[in-house]
Amino acid sequence: MRIFDPHIHMTSRTTDDYERMAAAGVRALVEPAFWLGQPRTSVGSFTDYFDALVGWEPFRASQFGIRHHATIALNPKEANDPRCAGVLDVLPRYLEKDRVVAVGEIGYDSMTAEEETAFAAQLQLAIAHELPALVHTPHRDKARGTQRSIKVVAESGIEPGRVVIDHLNEVTVATVKDSGCWAGFSIYPDTKMSPPRMVEILKEFGTERVLVNSAADWGRSDPLLTRATVDLMLASGFTDDDVDLVFWRNPVEFYGQSGKLELDDDDAPEKLFEGNSILRGGS
Amino acid sequence: MKPDELRAALPPAAVGWVDEAVTQIEVDPGAIARLFPRAARACGRAPLGDAPGWTADEAARALLLKALPGDVVAGEADRLYRFGDADEKRAVLRALPLLRIGEAGVPLLHDAIRTNDTRLVGAALGPYAAHLDAATWRQAVLKCVFMGLPLSIVDRLDERGDEELRVMLAGLAEERAAAGRPMAADATGLLNRLSGTALRKEA
Ligand SMILES: [Zn+2]
Repeated sequence: MRIFDPHIHMTSRTTDDYERMAAAGVRALVEPAFWLGQPRTSVGSFTDYFDALVGWEPFRASQFGIRHHATIALNPKEANDPRCAGVLDVLPRYLEKDRVVAVGEIGYDSMTAEEETAFAAQLQLAIAHELPALVHTPHRDKARGTQRSIKVVAESGIEPGRVVIDHLNEVTVATVKDSGCWAGFSIYPDTKMSPPRMVEILKEFGTERVLVNSAADWGRSDPLLTRATVDLMLASGFTDDDVDLVFWRNPVEFYGQSGKLELDDDDAPEKLFEGNSILRGGS
Repeated sequence: MKPDELRAALPPAAVGWVDEAVTQIEVDPGAIARLFPRAARACGRAPLGDAPGWTADEAARALLLKALPGDVVAGEADRLYRFGDADEKRAVLRALPLLRIGEAGVPLLHDAIRTNDTRLVGAALGPYAAHLDAATWRQAVLKCVFMGLPLSIVDRLDERGDEELRVMLAGLAEERAAAGRPMAADATGLLNRLSGTALRKEA
């Protein structure tokens, strides 16, 4: 079994989590840029964060044979702070990096004018840099936020097949399916989706153009819920091939549109000098 | 490794891309900001048989840096490192000994040695580490031992190893022995060699 978690915030997780994920079958992941709980007040703290997403995190992941990729963006929450507006100017530099496979997370949080401006501008960046886009949908007023997101995507001119609308639920899945965008689901029981509900949605809407992720971060979340969903799919009558489609081939197809996924020897740890500091503790 | 040897070690398709990129940089040095991150996609990441220890992307990136005019090379190397992903940072570090920049690259070594990424720490201890002061260099060597890096990556190890490094290694050996944990064989070997040197000096 091979699992590709298409949305997980490893910055907020420990190295032990990487180890447990590898043991559970996770071989690749995408870490979207988002907010860290504590609001940032300068462009510099964003660039340090982005540098970690293309430097330190891939290194940590490689210790356990996990391929780490990132998506880079100014997230909707912090798009409302004028002190962070300059982040938009540094994005092109990061979108050119080898392991940056999409623009994201973009979209709405409170559906303000500032959020919409940043959302639309970053969809244009996705087009200019030939990257897919990852769209976060809001927790509050989700159904209308999802519809409005689809409208902004359509107006941007980006091809819907290059967009995933994430954090969907029973109420919002149908509109996204109809839009031609990919449907993303976060197995994050308190606020988003649980494994049993996910299996029901897969039964009803099928396994095509669906991305299932843990979205694990600093909140009450669990990086092994991808594996828990796999196990429940199998127990519910889905085949190994269905599982491989949802948890490997779908994310590979979606993020592969960047032309930058690096999965060739995905089962082998990256070539390193013998030994490493993480397995031994910091020095 | 000299620049023409690195170029000769690249696969033919990569040589074509590098030559074209070098021409662009000679006309417009600012073009390196766009070309440098793309080098791995264009040239691949395979180890080079004729340039042991180098990969195709590292060699290509070194050749791009080498194409910069003398008045901008130090500033561009600094910017490419600052804004680079880990592979780009490592490529800048590997290229430093090939560039005519005097001491200007030393702050990059300090940054790399502060990280916890073995690929960056290792790349900081090549020939350009000759510019590091003795105290920083000794700390970096000891950090390699802690991180499990093979000491063979340290340029001129025995030449620069001194009494102070011997004392530091002996202290580590004692702590390891007390904890019942082994020290890497190459670190023990270095300690023995340095101790032998010290004995010969006393005699
Ligand atoms: Zn997220």
